[in-house]
Amino acid sequence: MKVTTGPSGESYDDAAGYYTPGEPIVDTKAPAGPIAERWQTRQFEARLVNPANRRKLDVIIVGTGLAGASAAATMGEAGYNVKSFCYQDSPRRAHSIAAQGGINAAKNYKEDGDSVHRLFYDTVKGGDYRSRESNVHRLAEVSASIIDQCVAQGVPFAREYGGLLDNRSFGGVQVSRTFYARGQTGQQLLIGAYQALERQISAGTVSMYSRHEMLELIVADGKARGIIARDMVTGEVETHLADVVVLASGGYGNVFYLSTNAMGSNVTAAWRAHRKGAYMANPCYTQIHPTCIPVSGSHQSKLTLMSESLRNDGRIWVPKNQADCDKDPRDIPEEDRDYYLERIYPSFGNLVPRDIASRAAKNVCDEGRGVGPEVDGVRRGVYLDFADATQRLGKDAVASKYGNLFDMYARITGEDPYSVPMRIYPAVHYVMGGLWVDYDLQSTIPGLFVTGEANFSDHGANRLGASALMQGLADGYFVLPHTIRDYLADGPFEPIAEDHPAVVEARESVQSRIDHFLSVNGTRSVDSYHRELGNIMWEYCGMERSEDGLKKAIDLIRTLKDDFYRNVKVLGAAETMNQSLEKAGRVADFIELGELMCIDALNRRESCGGHFRAESQTEDGEALRHDDEYAYVAAWEWAGADAAPVLHKEDLVYTAIEMKQRSYK
Amino acid sequence: MNLTLKIWRQPDAASTGAIHTYQLADVSPDMSFLEMLDVLNEQLNEQGEEPVAFEHDCREGICGSCGLMINGEAHGPEVTTTCQLHMRSFSDGDTITIEPWRSDAFPVIKDLVVDRSAFDRIIQQGGYVSVNTGAAPEAHSVPVPKDDADRAFNVATCIGCGACVAACPNGSASLFMGAKITHLGLLPQGQPERDTRVVNMVAQHDAEGFGGCTNIGACTASCPKEIPLDVISQLNKDLRTAIRHGH
Repeated sequence: MKVTTGPSGESYDDAAGYYTPGEPIVDTKAPAGPIAERWQTRQFEARLVNPANRRKLDVIIVGTGLAGASAAATMGEAGYNVKSFCYQDSPRRAHSIAAQGGINAAKNYKEDGDSVHRLFYDTVKGGDYRSRESNVHRLAEVSASIIDQCVAQGVPFAREYGGLLDNRSFGGVQVSRTFYARGQTGQQLLIGAYQALERQISAGTVSMYSRHEMLELIVADGKARGIIARDMVTGEVETHLADVVVLASGGYGNVFYLSTNAMGSNVTAAWRAHRKGAYMANPCYTQIHPTCIPVSGSHQSKLTLMSESLRNDGRIWVPKNQADCDKDPRDIPEEDRDYYLERIYPSFGNLVPRDIASRAAKNVCDEGRGVGPEVDGVRRGVYLDFADATQRLGKDAVASKYGNLFDMYARITGEDPYSVPMRIYPAVHYVMGGLWVDYDLQSTIPGLFVTGEANFSDHGANRLGASALMQGLADGYFVLPHTIRDYLADGPFEPIAEDHPAVVEARESVQSRIDHFLSVNGTRSVDSYHRELGNIMWEYCGMERSEDGLKKAIDLIRTLKDDFYRNVKVLGAAETMNQSLEKAGRVADFIELGELMCIDALNRRESCGGHFRAESQTEDGEALRHDDEYAYVAAWEWAGADAAPVLHKEDLVYTAIEMKQRSYK
Repeated sequence: MNLTLKIWRQPDAASTGAIHTYQLADVSPDMSFLEMLDVLNEQLNEQGEEPVAFEHDCREGICGSCGLMINGEAHGPEVTTTCQLHMRSFSDGDTITIEPWRSDAFPVIKDLVVDRSAFDRIIQQGGYVSVNTGAAPEAHSVPVPKDDADRAFNVATCIGCGACVAACPNGSASLFMGAKITHLGLLPQGQPERDTRVVNMVAQHDAEGFGGCTNIGACTASCPKEIPLDVISQLNKDLRTAIRHGH
């Protein structure tokens, strides 16, 4: 067991008793050699599949966001027999559509010193040295092709008057490498991938199963061979078999109940796979986004993010004096304002990375200098002020850059951001944790591949702006289609029958869960449990975590879980559309995931990226990493419902980059 | 505020639906319309009545999932999506009638949820550029005038919610279709398939049972993304050109 030594020499392991130590885990697929050649090497070494054989191979892809739709379209074009699944009514509605800001690519169109190596370096550094070097380098390498692909599809990126693509800089980065389509980049990229997918549906290479939810993974003879899905309209529990399964099912930020995720975003596909043997890596790494619209009351069902690009021109401040907090901000003179990011981090100013901006906002609000309405006795908001930008650029220029965000803000808050500074506060946005994958994007279950936000590998402990869209499309268009063929070269695998014990077991497991939820007939709604779980997670596993808080959270979650199974109330029937039943299954999985997140956070007694442990900070309150103890990926193995999870550690080795403590001062 | 809600309830596609009336108290003006329905559903669940099924996902006005007829208007009294409509648009004591989208081509699945898969089938008939992954030229090899790119973006913002169809007395999807045809028609990448695209998409539109356009303009008036009516002129122009070209 890894035991950490404290400053005065004492030994401790905060998570002792909450987990079982396991064997180390290694990525056996990443080629050795110079980092710039590894991807080429792997592409060459991955075996080929003859075009005539591809149509004999069945590929299931769950999720139709940037990672899933791009993978399904590309695999379809290549001639594989693809089955694509999404829970929405149309693949076009996947939550990637809500991404606002942009997508990074090492095009160096601005001749400002960008390169593949710099994008790689910035991403590893931005991830606080907890991502995998080889994966991130590959991401940077294929980034330029993504832009080419999207432009060819007709994605209407912003352009300059000469007709060439425009770029801007984005949080945490000092070069202009972000391509964007006003404030709706995710929408335009997703529609591009969706259209490519629809083209393949029309061509007959992809069969689309919308309004279907994956509820179980089929693992037969050690390999992922299919899924059990519920048709959300008829309630029918269906078996879908294949040679390989790809999860592109997104992130699990909704474990916090309030987040910027779509209401339906859930962890079920990944969690059911975890329970079947896929390791869950770094689940505690949650990105809290600094620029969201603050909570207005207890009815709130979700939080709305505003693009981080606003930080390019907006200045963040709070009053210097607590007494000014309820004043009209326009009446507070310049000398009484604290532009705290510019003050503390002069070289990056308002463009510091997200974790730093978020925690700084929390700190000033905790000091009592927050602004906006009081909710539960505290003002949780800081100003994001465009007065200077409007004076410098003119209102029209500000409107053309950020108009849709300003309109959105006005609609939600009822205030006009052109005349009064916006108010923002951090909110849960993205998770860097996810299923463990090797360099091929294959999980610990052979034949189960995981892409996009659902895997863990590229973002480390933190994610730079405009890098999630890049990863989703890189995985789907350019990485998975190459790596998966090495696995498929052994296929087609021997067909399995619907009465194979693994299929029967998976179906029975789904059916018994459905029957259980509908038969409890307790007193509390599914939503009430979800809200309670969210409060626990935000309070104890949110922006700041401590040993005592996390242990308390684990106890609370265990009690909540017990009550949920005995006292939940789900009305309606199984053989029909039943939204409460859908939510019940998802919340059950969120509860188990929440416990694992707390255990993972407890184990990691260091602060890095989206994980800030109160016990590990510098004298001036900055995050303090412990590379000597924690430069590893925590890969958790499910050991059973009543057993402690098993922790496997993958050491992170950097050969092309030196681990440095981050400093944005 | 206190509200009387008259809501269309229909157990499934085969059943007959009916309006049910519910009373809801203590609604905050800061709630979104869907949060108001969440509160109603908690109340119904407590009373042992199955919650109202309605569609929603991002609640940020971009995914296009939500869509309700509110007092006879698609997405209600403001130019926005249902998720971005707030209760401050209503008054204490109001009676609000809530129905699913009205269109034969969007059959009801349950309560307020309809089947909009016809939109996907229209896109399948040519609402894309045929370029395989990896076959794209360098992005700067084809410059696009800024004005064209900006205009293409403006019409590409269609979220496929279906309000245009629900608002149209003819149940036409011309605004939806025109937006895509205009988006791709403005860009050099969309030119090679321009004629076949419009011909095939219009044929699918008609086969799905959407009605013809008679320039009433209710579509654009209810469009949350303010897609302009002239995309339909562009659609008709492209269709005439394609026919002249022998398609």
